[in-house]
Amino acid sequence: MLYFRYVRMVFRCQLQYRASFWMTLLAQMLVPFSVLAGLLMLFHRFKRLGDWSVADVLLCFAAIHMAFALSECFARGFDQFSQLVIQGEFDRILVRPRGTVLQVLGARVEFSRFGRLLLSVLVLGAAIRLADIPWTALRVLTLFLMITGGAAIFIGIFMLAAALCFWTLQGLEVANIFTDGGREMAQYPLDIYRTEVMRIFTFIIPFGTVNYLPLRYLLGLSSQTWLAATPLAGFLFLLPCILVWRAGVRHYQSAGS
Amino acid sequence: MSHLAALLMPYRAAFRIRLQQNLQYRIAALAGIATQFFWGFMLIMVLEAFYRGSDAAPPMSMPQTAAYIWLQQAFLVFVALWYRDSEIFRLITTGQVAYELCRPTDLYLFWQARLLAQRLAGALLRCLPILLVALVMPRPYRLTLPAGPAAFGLFVLTLLTGLLVNVSISMFIYILTFVTLSPTGSMLLIGVAGELFAGLIIPLPLMPEWLQRILYCLPFRLAADLPFRVWSGHIPAAQALAGWGQQIAWLVILVVLGRLAMRRALTRLVIQGG
Repeated sequence: MLYFRYVRMVFRCQLQYRASFWMTLLAQMLVPFSVLAGLLMLFHRFKRLGDWSVADVLLCFAAIHMAFALSECFARGFDQFSQLVIQGEFDRILVRPRGTVLQVLGARVEFSRFGRLLLSVLVLGAAIRLADIPWTALRVLTLFLMITGGAAIFIGIFMLAAALCFWTLQGLEVANIFTDGGREMAQYPLDIYRTEVMRIFTFIIPFGTVNYLPLRYLLGLSSQTWLAATPLAGFLFLLPCILVWRAGVRHYQSAGS
Repeated sequence: MSHLAALLMPYRAAFRIRLQQNLQYRIAALAGIATQFFWGFMLIMVLEAFYRGSDAAPPMSMPQTAAYIWLQQAFLVFVALWYRDSEIFRLITTGQVAYELCRPTDLYLFWQARLLAQRLAGALLRCLPILLVALVMPRPYRLTLPAGPAAFGLFVLTLLTGLLVNVSISMFIYILTFVTLSPTGSMLLIGVAGELFAGLIIPLPLMPEWLQRILYCLPFRLAADLPFRVWSGHIPAAQALAGWGQQIAWLVILVVLGRLAMRRALTRLVIQGG
């Protein structure tokens, strides 16, 4: 409940700069749009990407960008967390009788990020029309799990990067490799990359489990039903991230005065 | 001559100070190197997968493509329009720009010197490690040596002139902030368009022909696509020289337009507060 009040407040706050808000929303749509344009242009020239057709890859693109947009919209507080630590403002969060995760999440909700969400919904619609998916209830569930599992992975990475700030007292730019980089990488089915790269991004950071594994089942390329459950690994990934966050909060020493 | 030197002195000083300031951000540069290395590697893998799956001969060979991507990552700070000086934005939005206007210097030149220094410092810190590692990568990910001494010379020439063109384009973002007062939106719009049009998302030669024809008429590709293809010999020497002429022409146009736009923005400027 409290979270929604946070959200409403932040929303009204951001609408104060109306012109900039709309321009940012539009531009937020343009960022993934230019990436999408690049992807389509490559397909225009080369027709196929290994085993995958343009519709397959668009499905993959839509799912991962939707996951990213959701996580970025609602977990933005973790992304900018280093500011809280550096300025000693985390102290204020600690003295309030509510959970730290909730407060950090609510501190910042970035509505202009809906631009990316909007674009990925459109792409998803187009991909579903183009791809010939043998729809069943389980396949609908698989698609849903791909998106939410993906969002869980991104939120986990945001949390992990934020938790590390407790030790480094500084924002870690390198974490962008796994958020922005992970998104750009996983917008293509991961099996087009080198095997080692594919393994790292399946077993360590489980992008593969919301990407090519369930995608094979979804598109009917594989009949193995267990593939539909692989996106659950994305939620499992959250567990160690929360543990690290807890350890970080315990380790926290105020930097403020 | 000494008169001219005295006239240029404030701009040289602004340039030197910014250069030294920005050279301090070594840790940020390290993070940048890691990120850009990852991106370069990933982009080459994607393009390689596309090349492998297709029977048609690609318009640019794999080694040429790898060189294109690595140079782009190494000199990203030169070519990316989203690489910005947030302090200038702060000056404008807080009204502190009034102090800048009191200086007996030309604001356009002053800021341009500053932006130039920032990009040079960023690239100086980042380009060498990336280039060195890329040179010893296994094939097909390796950065091949330039096509010849002439190609290398022309690469340096077009890269540096391209940098000036790019700084002149980016000046419009700052000038626009005088009007919008919040840089986020216009930054993103110009940054994104620039990224696509410069060939940073996918190399220009891989785009459809009709789009290539349009982009050849715009200035965005001059800082990135042109020098990177000159390096690998994908653009031969004679064409590279013509490209350089194009760079100079655009530079003149952009600076004249930028100065006009700035003068207009400044005459309407209202500074609030005491």
